[in-house]
Amino acid sequence: MKDRLGEFLIEKGLFITAISSVVIILLIIVFIFSEGLPAMESYGFLNFIFGSTWDPSSGQYGILPMIVGSMGITLLALIFSVPLSLLCAIFMAEIAPKTVRKIMKPVIETLAGIPSVVYGFFGLIVLVPLMRTYFGGTGFSMLTASIILTVMILPTIVSVSEDSIRSVPSEYKEASLALGATHWQTIKNVIFPAAVPGVITAIILGMGRAIGETLAVIMVAGNVAQFPSSIMDPVRALTSNIALEMGYATGMHYSALFATAIVLFMLIMILLVIANYFHYKKKINVGGGYL
Amino acid sequence: MPYRIETRDLNVYFNEVHILNDINMKIPKNAVTSLIGPSGCGKSTFIRTLNRMNDLIEGFKKKGDVLLDGEDIYDPNVDVVELRKKIGMVFQKANPFPKSIFDNVAYGLRIHGIADKDKLEKKVEKSLKAAALWDEVKHKLDKSAMGLSGGQQQRLCIARTIAVSPEVILMDEPCSALDPISTTKIEDLIHKLKKDYTIIIVTHNMQQATRVSKYTSFFLNGEIVESGPTEKLFMEPEDKRTEDYITGRFG
Repeated sequence: MKDRLGEFLIEKGLFITAISSVVIILLIIVFIFSEGLPAMESYGFLNFIFGSTWDPSSGQYGILPMIVGSMGITLLALIFSVPLSLLCAIFMAEIAPKTVRKIMKPVIETLAGIPSVVYGFFGLIVLVPLMRTYFGGTGFSMLTASIILTVMILPTIVSVSEDSIRSVPSEYKEASLALGATHWQTIKNVIFPAAVPGVITAIILGMGRAIGETLAVIMVAGNVAQFPSSIMDPVRALTSNIALEMGYATGMHYSALFATAIVLFMLIMILLVIANYFHYKKKINVGGGYL
Repeated sequence: MPYRIETRDLNVYFNEVHILNDINMKIPKNAVTSLIGPSGCGKSTFIRTLNRMNDLIEGFKKKGDVLLDGEDIYDPNVDVVELRKKIGMVFQKANPFPKSIFDNVAYGLRIHGIADKDKLEKKVEKSLKAAALWDEVKHKLDKSAMGLSGGQQQRLCIARTIAVSPEVILMDEPCSALDPISTTKIEDLIHKLKKDYTIIIVTHNMQQATRVSKYTSFFLNGEIVESGPTEKLFMEPEDKRTEDYITGRFG
């Protein structure tokens, strides 16, 4: 009987721990919505999202430039980072000798542990002057921010997709090689396609990190709340908008920043849904199961 | 009698572990040779040495020669990719690719540069027919191969192997995970294939060895104890250990 009581307590204890993290997230969501929705309602939902002027001092709360900024930075970072990361993951999983892999893996994982302020500082001191010299302008731009983000999301995409490439059953590889395929043909036609669902997860995680990154982006993006006319223009991300103004905002302005957070939240949710859809669809196409 | 494959004093090591010890063997052309012996005696290692699949395993070392039609397959000038095209392999666990049935069979053809759709379709049909699978899958060639039963998957793997027209087929316990009906189908298939191919089959099932093969070699602890015509090896074995094994006294 005593054993069963212990069992009961452990199961309930685990349940409470698990449920509390869900509850905390729900509470945060409720809080953000209750603080942000009033501003959206009084300013007008569409005006808020599609308004092109953000000027709290004159009561203008249009966040479209920031949506464009966030999306632009994230998209560019993915365009740079995905090919680089995937090639790196393929190299580490399939081609690199054991010793090389043993060195590379921890080095790349260390990249993920560097605080974002360090990346931002590096960007500010090294990258911004470099961009200024070679591309003109101030050096603070969408491109600069996305280059910093490229490096920041690289470890996530590399390590998650490397794991998924390595977990492709070796039977597939052997079957392909036994048919007279070369190593590269095997990687391209069998191993990588079988790893695609995991690779998509890796890209989603990287994307989530890119769109949510605040500090490093603030330090190098220029933070001007206007539409960029090129990737060399300064932009402000949604996250930066909140972080930069929360310190002194009151009233409607304060609520509008929470509304910005709602938009950011929705944006991430939409991206997750889209990515999950492709993840799921690809799984069927690849045929990993009795579908 | 013409021989396809010959090994001379073949020794195989994984790191420092000595797996195969002085294997001298001649594999006759267009016949089925089966390799029997208890688990861990080196049969699988031996056939994986014949198409150089062991090259993938770290710590693999070999001494001695493996000759295909008199040419050393471990010669530095030999193209492994070409070699594996000539010596096909069917594995113990059916391992179709997570692709459609058609793409599984077409895979080898495509990587060897055949892109013409008609040609591919003809070859795929021919291979599936040769593997006695065509009638069961002809209406669902675009469906995933993962949806087939274990026996069908194994025949698909055989179809995939013969699609690239190898000369020798290595089979590593192809029926060990299959039910008796599927096993019979695969054995019938082996009978059909032996006219055109040199087949080497590893099996734990001694009845299977007697049913499908003309020659048999008995492996024990990394050595060949006895080789000869299947009937003779099973009816009047020369070595006491062979007799003990085939009568089920150990193994």
